[in-house]
Amino acid sequence: MLHTVNKSSFERNSLQSCLNTIDDTSVILLIEDGVISAANNANSSMLSDLATQGRVYALQGDVDARGISSKVADNIKLVDYAGFVDLVVEHGTAVSWV
Amino acid sequence: MKISIQINEGPYQHQASDTAYLFAKAAIDAGHEIFRVFFYHDGVNNASRFTMPPQDDRNVVNQWAELNIKNASGEPELVVCIAAALRRGMLDESEANKNGVEGNNIHPAFRISGLGQLIEAGIQSDRLVVFGD
Repeated sequence: MLHTVNKSSFERNSLQSCLNTIDDTSVILLIEDGVISAANNANSSMLSDLATQGRVYALQGDVDARGISSKVADNIKLVDYAGFVDLVVEHGTAVSWV
Repeated sequence: MKISIQINEGPYQHQASDTAYLFAKAAIDAGHEIFRVFFYHDGVNNASRFTMPPQDDRNVVNQWAELNIKNASGEPELVVCIAAALRRGMLDESEANKNGVEGNNIHPAFRISGLGQLIEAGIQSDRLVVFGD
């Protein structure tokens, strides 16, 4: 499954709810204000673990718009909208955490 | 692949409609089919034909309308939830007549219908992607 998170973890706990329920094969895509969690200093240990496994993505345009490009953790993969579409296609059901 | 979209937030107040539009365009560019876009909750405000943003700003309503109009197949179908629309003062001609009020504001590229259209989109599409709060 693909889980999208569109809220900063400073605003809501949707990322934590997602991390608490995600299974071993699913991936997370951070979009909109959700990309704030991709910054090094905002990163939770659970998210870092998933990122180490290559299972965390962030939408490049939203990262750039928030000025945190230089802070994104190295193992979080940046994708454009075409990459977003590919993730939806590859990972089956898409769940939106809002 | 056949993909449908649900949008729960209005234009210019939340990023949902912009993200969904850029996603839809990328999907179409990659050769996928966007079968239906369902506008729910405040998302119905994306269908107002009276939306007049400044000239140097994107016109969210027209962007969606053009996706539909430019495609001879009539897809993506732009469907507005009837219950969400009526309680927010979003009416097409038929609903305006039915309710005895003058004027209507649903853009002609959009159509009003029920929640069944969302369920059907979920069944008929390979993927349903939700944007908004």
